[in-house]
Amino acid sequence: MTRYVAGRLLLVIPTLLGMSLLIFALVRLLPGDVVDAMLTGDVGASAGAKAAVRRALGLADPLPVQYVKLIEGVLSGRLGASLTSGEPISGIMARAIPITGELAVLAVVLATAVGIPLGVLSAVRRNTWADLIARIAGLAGLSVPNFWFATLALLVGSLVFHWIPPVTWIPPWQDLWGNLRQMAIPAVAISVYLMANVMRMTRGTMLEVLGLDYIRTARAKGASARSVVFRHALRNSLIPVITVIGFQVGNLMGGATVVEVIFGLPGMGYTLVQGIFGRDYPVIEISAMFLAAVFVFINLLVDLLYGVVDPRIAPA
Amino acid sequence: MSVTSTALRADAAVVGPRRRSRPLRRALSNPIGLAGAAIIFATVVAAALGPVAWRVDYASEAARRLLPPSAAHPMGTDELGRDELARVLHGAWVSLEVGIIAVVIAFVLGGAAGILAGFYRGRTDAVVMRTIDVMFAVPGLVLAILISGLLGPSRVNAMIAIGIVYAPAFGRVVRGSALSVMSLPHVEAARSLGASDARIIARHLVPNLIAPVLILTTAYLSTAILTEAALSFLGLGTQPPEPSWGSMLNASRSYMELAPWLAVYPGVAIMLVVLGFNFLGDGLRDLLDPQLREV
Repeated sequence: MTRYVAGRLLLVIPTLLGMSLLIFALVRLLPGDVVDAMLTGDVGASAGAKAAVRRALGLADPLPVQYVKLIEGVLSGRLGASLTSGEPISGIMARAIPITGELAVLAVVLATAVGIPLGVLSAVRRNTWADLIARIAGLAGLSVPNFWFATLALLVGSLVFHWIPPVTWIPPWQDLWGNLRQMAIPAVAISVYLMANVMRMTRGTMLEVLGLDYIRTARAKGASARSVVFRHALRNSLIPVITVIGFQVGNLMGGATVVEVIFGLPGMGYTLVQGIFGRDYPVIEISAMFLAAVFVFINLLVDLLYGVVDPRIAPA
Repeated sequence: MSVTSTALRADAAVVGPRRRSRPLRRALSNPIGLAGAAIIFATVVAAALGPVAWRVDYASEAARRLLPPSAAHPMGTDELGRDELARVLHGAWVSLEVGIIAVVIAFVLGGAAGILAGFYRGRTDAVVMRTIDVMFAVPGLVLAILISGLLGPSRVNAMIAIGIVYAPAFGRVVRGSALSVMSLPHVEAARSLGASDARIIARHLVPNLIAPVLILTTAYLSTAILTEAALSFLGLGTQPPEPSWGSMLNASRSYMELAPWLAVYPGVAIMLVVLGFNFLGDGLRDLLDPQLREV
């Protein structure tokens, strides 16, 4: 087990390095830069003035030097400042991470709390009307764009309940009820796709497992229906479900990006999009690298969880 | 695994009687796939014949602004007095175009890399697979936002971004299938008879990759259309005045209380097309390769 964990941890390092290099290369090699964006409209800005600004911002160094500086900064916690607002990036992150984190946690909790029971119900009551409704709901959930769902929720909220989302984020440690009221709709909007995935995966694996010999054995020896479904079948169906959740965390972060923009929540995705419109290199690099790193670590966690859920995997 | 089963079934089909009617009968007994095909067909018809049947210019600002749906404007008019139906119809064209071209880009990039990796193995394989791993480490929409945002927001750049983002998925599947095809006895036989690399790839490898890639294509067409809509919604895809369902939804948010219908039609359109491709994908999966179900 220790060797499995250590091996898996070591594999993360090259992935993180490669990911950071990919993001850095994308940001720096593509056309257009922050100086052009800063000095647009400033017709008088000469090439010399632009070069001076670039030097001052450290953009004139050779690319490998800039990359090493960026990684050094990230590792030592000196993240630098936004090129457009001058605000320290650590401050932006401290504000943004709790928002995206809360959205993601709420969405995963919702998706599992609704998706797993629905999937179990659908599998146990196979080919009944309950199963049919759950399956259609599942396919519909896969097809609803989260930004449309969010738009519709805003529409219903404002037309029917005269509710509009608050302009600023209410931290849960200040006003838990106000925070939940603000975050509920965005979290549901992000959660729908994951919920549908979890439901479909639970149904599929439950059906497979319920057909296995050991389930018949458990029934034959007189285990209660409840015990067969939840203790014998569900536990063994959970691995693919966990995989799906881990794999979909990437989608979840993409969804969070769009939904944060819609609801004006200044989370990590919102920060990234703002950074892109302003060509704010350090903000783009650090927020994109952060989102990707979380994704990598969630997948690591999923791999390690396999070892816990299914002890056969760890030694291999 | 999937490829071997395709090959085995293909043999069985040759031996079995009535081999012509079987695929058709199986297609007809697949209601979900048929429903998907019908939705996609309707979308293609709407995209191709829409401008002929509904002769209103999507860019004309002749009508009054924010009119509710009526006989003259079945879906009302938007914030500049443009006919919403004409814009939704043109949006179908935009969505299909972006979806198809983006998936072709992903298919060409990923397919080529996957074939190289699976065929030459060794160091080529290692380089391709590490690149794929690294690209998978960045969440898809985040990578698409980065690429299209930095290339400069436009429809063409959105296609390129989506194509690059989904290339690794094609690469991984093609490589896996290529590896298993390469170990089949008849490929080894061809090789020992001195067939050239190009001949083995063209005659033995590519035909065996069709089934898995076709299924992947329908799955990623829906994802690509969704991603284009999301990018356009964020202002990073199709640019005004050209309509795209995503940017229409985005614009509708400012007039939601005055003209709620503008927030409904483009969303219904996106959902229907995506649902159509999801249905078709499920159906194709059953039809072409039952063993790919888990993929």
